[in-house]
Amino acid sequence: MVEVQRTETAGARVIGRVMLYALLILFALYYLMPLFVMLTTSLKTLDDIRGGNLIALPEQVSFDAWIKAWSSACTGVNCGGLSGNFWNSVSFVLPAVAISTLIGALNGYVLTMWRFRGSDVFFTLLLIGCFIPFQVVLLPMAQTLGWLGIANSTTGLIFVHVVYGLAFTTLFFRNFYVSIPEELVKAARIDGAGFFRIFWRIILPLSPPILVVCVIWQFTQIWNDFLFGVVFSSGERQPITVALNNLVNTSTGVKEYNVDMAAAIIAGLPTLFVYVVAGKYFVRGLTAGSVKG
Amino acid sequence: MSSLTIRNIRKVFGAVEVLKDIALRIDAGEFLILVGPSGCGKSTLLNILAGLDTATSGEILIGDKVVNNLSPKDRDIAMVFQSYALYPNMTVRQNISFGLEMRRVPKQEQGEIVDRVAKILQMAHLLDRKPAQLSGGQRQRVAMGRAIARDPQLFLFDEPLSNLDAKLRVEMRTEIKLLHDRLKATIVYVTHDQIEAMTLGSKIAVMQGGEIRQFGSPQEIYDRPADLFVAGFIGSPSMNFIKAQAVEDAGGVGLQLQTADGPFVLPLREAGEALRPRMGKTLILGVRPEQISDSGTVLRTARYAYARKFRIELVEPTGPDTLLFVRINGETVCCRVRPEQACAAGESMELAFDLSKAVFFDPDSGKRIG
Repeated sequence: MVEVQRTETAGARVIGRVMLYALLILFALYYLMPLFVMLTTSLKTLDDIRGGNLIALPEQVSFDAWIKAWSSACTGVNCGGLSGNFWNSVSFVLPAVAISTLIGALNGYVLTMWRFRGSDVFFTLLLIGCFIPFQVVLLPMAQTLGWLGIANSTTGLIFVHVVYGLAFTTLFFRNFYVSIPEELVKAARIDGAGFFRIFWRIILPLSPPILVVCVIWQFTQIWNDFLFGVVFSSGERQPITVALNNLVNTSTGVKEYNVDMAAAIIAGLPTLFVYVVAGKYFVRGLTAGSVKG
Repeated sequence: MSSLTIRNIRKVFGAVEVLKDIALRIDAGEFLILVGPSGCGKSTLLNILAGLDTATSGEILIGDKVVNNLSPKDRDIAMVFQSYALYPNMTVRQNISFGLEMRRVPKQEQGEIVDRVAKILQMAHLLDRKPAQLSGGQRQRVAMGRAIARDPQLFLFDEPLSNLDAKLRVEMRTEIKLLHDRLKATIVYVTHDQIEAMTLGSKIAVMQGGEIRQFGSPQEIYDRPADLFVAGFIGSPSMNFIKAQAVEDAGGVGLQLQTADGPFVLPLREAGEALRPRMGKTLILGVRPEQISDSGTVLRTARYAYARKFRIELVEPTGPDTLLFVRINGETVCCRVRPEQACAAGESMELAFDLSKAVFFDPDSGKRIG
C-alpha cells in the first residue's frame, strides 16, 4: 500500500518536472526567436529574404551582408560601414566605464570608511541622480560642455557618461563596502597606511565581485546609449548605436534587411561578450565570498 | 615601552557626554584593564588613545610626549581588534609585515621580524595561509603577531577574546599574560569580562557611564570596592548586598538582620568601628559569597566570624564549590561552601560570616563607608 502511494507521488513529480521544463523551453524559444531571425536573416541573400519564409533557414549561407555592414554600408553620403562608429564607441566607452567605476569605488570608500559630517546627506543626494531621466539633463549638459570647451568631442561624451554613471557606481560600491568591517581600515591606519594606500592595498583587492557588477552595468548602459550619443556627437564621431539607427532608417535605395540585421548584431556583440566573459567571473566572485564566510 | 598618562579627557557627542573627565596614569610595562558594561565609554577611550577618535578636551601622553594631535601611525602604538581585522587579501606573512613595510623597514629585516614573531606565537606553519583558512584562535594569534612585530611603545587590545569560545578564551588569556611577562609591554586592554580584568591586569579602571568608578590593583578593587557598582561588577557570583540597620551590640556595632526563623543581630566587632557615627541608620552590608561558608572552614581561617543556622532555599552545585541561597532581610544571599558540606534545599545548616573582609556602603550615595 505504502509502496503504491510512493510510486504515485513519484509519478506526479515526474509529470510536474516535465511540465516545468516544457514551459521553460517554450519561453526560452520565444525569447530566442528574434535572435534566431536576426542571425538567419543576416546570413541570407536578398533574394532569399524576398522569396522565403521569415523563420526559414538560409538556402545558402552568405557573409556578404556582414562584410557590407562592417565596411561598406552607406548612411547618407558616408559609405564606410559601421566599423568607424564601432571603434568610436569603443574609444569612449572604455574610458568612461573605467573612470566612472574608479571614481565610484573611491566615492563608496569615502562614504563608508571615512565618513564626514553630512556624508549621509551627500549620499542621499547622489542617489537622486539615479532617478533623473536622461532627457532632463540634456540642455544643462549641452551648456556645460560648451563652457568646458569639450562640446561635440569624444572627451565630452566621456564626461557626460562619467557624470551620469557616478550615481550608480557610487551606489554599488558604497553598498558593497558597507559590509567590510571598518576595523580593517582602522588597523591599516595604525599600521601606517594612508588614504590612498589603504584603498589600493586593502579595499580594492576585496572588490572584484562588485567591480565586475559595476563594469557590466556601466558597459551595457554606455554602449547601448543612444540619446547622449545622438545629442552630444555628430558626423564621424557618432557611436555605433546612432550609426545603426541611421543605417536602418536610410530611405534611399533598396531596403537591405540582411545588412540591417548584421549591423544590429555587430552593435550588440560587445555587451553580449561582456556578459559572457565577466558574468563567469561574477559568479566566481560570489562563490569565493561565500566560502570565505 | 612607555608610560601612559591620560589627563582630564572629555568626549562629547552632541549633547551626550560619553567620557567625563577621565584621568589616570600607568607606568611603563604595566597592564591596564579598562572594564565596564557596554556603553560605559571604554572603547571610545581606547579609540582616542589610538588616535582613531579625537577627544573634546584633555591630554594624552605616551611617555613624555603629548600625542593628541598625532595621527595613529605617528603614535607608535599597535592595536588588536575584537574582529581581528586581518587583511583578507594578504597571507599571514603579509599581514604581519604590512605595518613594517609602511614604516619602510628593509625587506630583509622584515623577514627576520616576521620569523621571530612567528616563533614567539608558534605559528610558523601558518605564515603562507590566508586569514580565511585560519581558525578563530589562529586569527587572534596573527592579530597579536601583527602588533608584536611593530614593537610599539604601547599596545591597545579591544576586547580581543570576546569572539572566541570559552575554552579557547581561557587559553588565549593565559597566553596574553605570558606574552606580557615576556615582552614587558605597556598594554591597555578593554574588556567587559571581569574575570579577564582580574586575571590579566596589573591595574584596573572600572568604568561606568563615562566615568572611572575606581582605579587600582585587582586585589584592591576586589577587596575594597569604591562603591556599589564596582562591588557588584567585579566578582562572580557577585557580592551580596544586605540592607540593614546599625544597632548597639554589646558595646560595639551590630546589624539588625531578619530571616524566616526570626530576627538576630550580627555583631560586627572591629569591622563595625567605622559605623559608630551611623548608629540607628540604615546601611548596606557587602559580603562576597565565599565569605559566607560552612562554619568549619570559616571559623578556622577568618580573623573573626559569626556562625548561625540558616534555612537553605536553593542549592546550585558548580563543581569545585556549591552555591547555597538563603534569605536575609528579604534579599537572596548567595553563600559558597565546599560540595561535601552542602545540604539539600529546604534543610538548615550552620553558615558562618567571615566579617574581616566585609564592606559597608552608604545607601544614598552608594559609596563605601570607611
